[in-house]
Amino acid sequence: MTFINYASREINCKIVYYGPGLCGKTTNLQHIYDSTAPQAKGKLISLATETDRTLFFDFMPLELGTVRGFKTRFHLYTVPGQVYYDASRKLILKGVDGVVFVADSQEERMDANLESLYNLEENLQTQGYNLMDIPYVLQLNKRDLPNVVPTDELAAELLRKDEPVYEATASQGVGVFDTLKAVAKQVLTELRKG
Amino acid sequence: MAETPIVIHEHQFIKLKSVLARTCVECAARVVMLVDRDGHPLAFHGDIAGMDTTSFSSLAAGNVAATTSMAKLIGENVFPAVVHEGERESIFISVIGRSLLVVVFDERSTLSLVKIRTKKASFEVAAFLEEVARDSEEQRHSENSFFAEITDDDIDSLFS
Repeated sequence: MTFINYASREINCKIVYYGPGLCGKTTNLQHIYDSTAPQAKGKLISLATETDRTLFFDFMPLELGTVRGFKTRFHLYTVPGQVYYDASRKLILKGVDGVVFVADSQEERMDANLESLYNLEENLQTQGYNLMDIPYVLQLNKRDLPNVVPTDELAAELLRKDEPVYEATASQGVGVFDTLKAVAKQVLTELRKG
Repeated sequence: MAETPIVIHEHQFIKLKSVLARTCVECAARVVMLVDRDGHPLAFHGDIAGMDTTSFSSLAAGNVAATTSMAKLIGENVFPAVVHEGERESIFISVIGRSLLVVVFDERSTLSLVKIRTKKASFEVAAFLEEVARDSEEQRHSENSFFAEITDDDIDSLFS
């Protein structure tokens, strides 16, 4: 849920990166963190296991600039991708303003993508949202790997509405900011609609 | 947009800050914060030197979300308060509707004092939140909303 403070002239929004385990959600955040000026970001918090798998969530606040004198601050979250952390995923979707689905382009991860996407739709419904109505972007990640599904085929399987689709190689930063911009823009446009 | 944005106006913010300031003194606390359950810091008062209030708020919300789910697993609806006691600093979180009143205190105070004093403040905070929710809903449908005036160029300029 967006929070607007007229006293401090701030708009705060929540964006969640969703997707199957090891698809690159945390890598997206890490790249954003590494590429952003220190004054525009807060700490990158990772609640991870000892083997660096996301246990609860990753979080980083990011300030994009001002709109009509209001600072726009985006709180970026990732969910744990592993199937058995579903309770955590539900919690993180609470109050979400926009979602990025990070798909793993590798052939052998197609089933995992579909399972995670169904899970996203289900968990959004549990929280009272509909994927069709909320700001949403599809990112096709790991495009640099040799065994990837062609973009058209992957998009045909994963598209849910007329969402923007971005090819990405998050480990090299490719497509990461395009994805973020697309979802942030949708969130602000929704805010304008009221 | 699935939910109405929370909109806090300047006069409401001042009122909220004064409630938090008084609670901070009454609890002999280091910091008192009001955090949205989605992790947005709404307001705070006290000694926040060296404290990352944004990360703190996000973690407090995650903490309460996790304990609320644990409560449901054992047949409780919600744990109305969450306490973390440290060697020097402690944290008391009181759940008030969609928000969390968070008190950080040290050896100059006690948990029982904090519990008693926050109870009184929680009524005021609850009334405040109701007022904000009502105003936010009205503002959402107002054609004069500030946000209705945002143009595509305004949004694009953020990413230029």
